[in-house]
Amino acid sequence: MAEGGSAAAVKKAGAPERPLSPHLQVWRWHATMWTSILHRATGIGLYGGAIFFTLWLVSVSLGPQIYGVSSSLIGSPVGQIVLWAILFCACFHILSGLRHLVWDVGFGFKKQTASFWSVVIVLGAIAMTAGLYVWVASAPPPPPQFGGMPIQ
Amino acid sequence: MSRPSNSLRQPLAKARGLGSAKEGSGHFITQRVTAIALLFLLPWLIISMIKAHVQHGWEAAALWLNMPWNAVPAALFIVAAFTHMQAGMQVVIEDYIGKTWTRALLLILNTFVALAVAVIALHAILKVSSWV
Repeated sequence: MAEGGSAAAVKKAGAPERPLSPHLQVWRWHATMWTSILHRATGIGLYGGAIFFTLWLVSVSLGPQIYGVSSSLIGSPVGQIVLWAILFCACFHILSGLRHLVWDVGFGFKKQTASFWSVVIVLGAIAMTAGLYVWVASAPPPPPQFGGMPIQ
Repeated sequence: MSRPSNSLRQPLAKARGLGSAKEGSGHFITQRVTAIALLFLLPWLIISMIKAHVQHGWEAAALWLNMPWNAVPAALFIVAAFTHMQAGMQVVIEDYIGKTWTRALLLILNTFVALAVAVIALHAILKVSSWV
């Protein structure tokens, strides 16, 4: 062991630098790492989003009064931030999940390809969320009152 | 792995009963199959709800959910989504929680929460569907 150690030390002096193993302090951030972390983070966000959607479904089933309460909660500034954060999570997780499926089939592993699509996915998710926001904001005024919907 | 050279016992005897339970890839496949379903169901859900103006009051929302061609895909979405997120959260817990008891508790909690919320959602969908 002692001999091996000293031999390694001698070799170290002249040898080129060896790559270091990943470590938080010597790790360079890159696009694929961001999308990997974001995929997991948005997945956790959508866990909350699914519970949020369930509460909305329950409020529909409980009738107009309760639905009024849930609507005003979603309409409040905090509710809007939560809603659009969930929608961003959905857009990102769909695009990133699609790429995961492409990876599972065995395509897109070249370094440049993976980095390129990582940037596309992040920008695409932002664009999709913005598109949805514009669509909802520019929607025509509420349709005429629905007739023929018996109340419970 | 080595065995005494004078033994007549086959190494197979040691391996029997300790090997694959033939379900190692089950979790992986569940995650992918539900992902493929959600690739269609989640965009449908978002677009369909925006088109129905569900933010404009209870009548619009109830009418949307009352339609069978909305209620059935919504129920399919719930089943696929809660299976998918239960499997996903399981991986997150297994990755980050090292303590045996905490991990076991969180894994059980994850399963219970996913199942309970899914059944609550399905119940709400069926309730609105029953309105004629």
